[in-house]
Amino acid sequence: MAEENKVKLHGMWASPYVKRVEIALKIKGIPYEFVEEDLVNKSQLLLQYNPVHKKVPVLIHNGKSICESLVILEYIDETWKNGPPLLPQDPYKRAKVRFWTSFVEKELLENVLLVVRSEGEAQEKAIKVVFEKLKLLEEGLKDLFQGETHHIDGENMGILDIVLCSLFGAHKAQEEVLGVKFIDPEKFPLLSSWVTAFTEVAVVKALQPPHEKLVMVYQFLRQKALRPSAAGVEVKEGVYVTSLSRSSPF
Amino acid sequence: MGEEVKLFRSWSSPFALRIVWALEIKGIEYEAVFEDLSNKSPLLLQYNPVHKKVPILVHNGRPIAESFVILEYIDETWKQVPLLPKDPYERAMARFWAKFCEDKVLTSIWSAFIKQGKEQEEALVAAAENLKFLEKEMKGKKFFGGERIGYVDLVLGWLANLVSIFEEIIGLKIVDEEKFPLLYSWMQDFAEAPIIRDNWPPRDKMIVKFQALLDAAIASSSSSSSSSK
Repeated sequence: MAEENKVKLHGMWASPYVKRVEIALKIKGIPYEFVEEDLVNKSQLLLQYNPVHKKVPVLIHNGKSICESLVILEYIDETWKNGPPLLPQDPYKRAKVRFWTSFVEKELLENVLLVVRSEGEAQEKAIKVVFEKLKLLEEGLKDLFQGETHHIDGENMGILDIVLCSLFGAHKAQEEVLGVKFIDPEKFPLLSSWVTAFTEVAVVKALQPPHEKLVMVYQFLRQKALRPSAAGVEVKEGVYVTSLSRSSPF
Repeated sequence: MGEEVKLFRSWSSPFALRIVWALEIKGIEYEAVFEDLSNKSPLLLQYNPVHKKVPILVHNGRPIAESFVILEYIDETWKQVPLLPKDPYERAMARFWAKFCEDKVLTSIWSAFIKQGKEQEEALVAAAENLKFLEKEMKGKKFFGGERIGYVDLVLGWLANLVSIFEEIIGLKIVDEEKFPLLYSWMQDFAEAPIIRDNWPPRDKMIVKFQALLDAAIASSSSSSSSSK
């Protein structure tokens, strides 16, 4: 394979945004080289490839860099047309998928992170908001799935499945750390069966870090937000983050 | 073939304006439904129950909400005068910059307008940093889309009209012609393009609206300043 066609993904094992791109690459059967980035000491290469945001994931293809996970997913779908499609063909169905993907990204993800990073009254408020958004999503799924069971496998996972998976694939770890159950089969039956379905997909399973590691990630995010100024935590944080970034995959 | 295209908008929403421009640029016939956002119609709530906002495009009775989603739908459905480039990498770049304009540029400029004191200072600094990236991106181009208006231009278009209104109200420069010459001339070129020029909301009404928003923000922040951390 020509050097030019090589695909590289700069990422970090704990990042759900990176996970999205990995799932997409695996579904499409695209071989790639994973470059683990130390987000505390960012490499020159990363800063060169993503000068605007200085973040992962960054996809390198044909010597060019593409940033922002959702932009990367659409790029992958448009460039590798041979594998399973990540978006439907019909423009109206595509619009629905993009709408709900945007909803999960902006309304759900942001608020779940708020729950992770807050405590007490502020956290209770944030939890309430998440449940409101989940309710909207559950309603939306009825329209999206048109009353049919949504079967997911490695052949038909799309952008919305991938993005939701990157958020709630770790729902058990979230439950353990936050003490609140978002993926509740009684409250949200469609959503819960959907989450269960995609966590069973082989590609997702293979990419999912072990439960204990996910718990560690969420605990770290929480500590970082709630006790950043505690004495010695700066140094500790450096060590903690470094150990987080170096205790690479699984 | 009976094509029925309706656009739910308000007189001033910059997000809905993007869709007006896109439809006009492509020469698509549509019916504009003006909403009073303080008194939303049952139809709006039915078509966009999740966000209850404009714009909503209704094509042959099927609603689509969220301006970015609508723009992509329009480009995929009516293929004349494409808004996005053909090449996947160029498309990715357009989507990247559109997201940057929305998440960073819009947010920081809005904060620079609506906040006071230290928060405003910080927002102005952030806005300038973001604008620097756009200035760089503009090198060698008339519009972000190249020779003609494209997706990113439509997404950022509000800048060409609203920024001078914000600057007039707060008495501060946000897009300095000397610091951002390329962006500044883009703002002129965009604002003067016929389709754009003919669709701006009335300036005096906009000034009244945004002054009122600012006054309300100042009033609520000073009444809660005793309880601020």
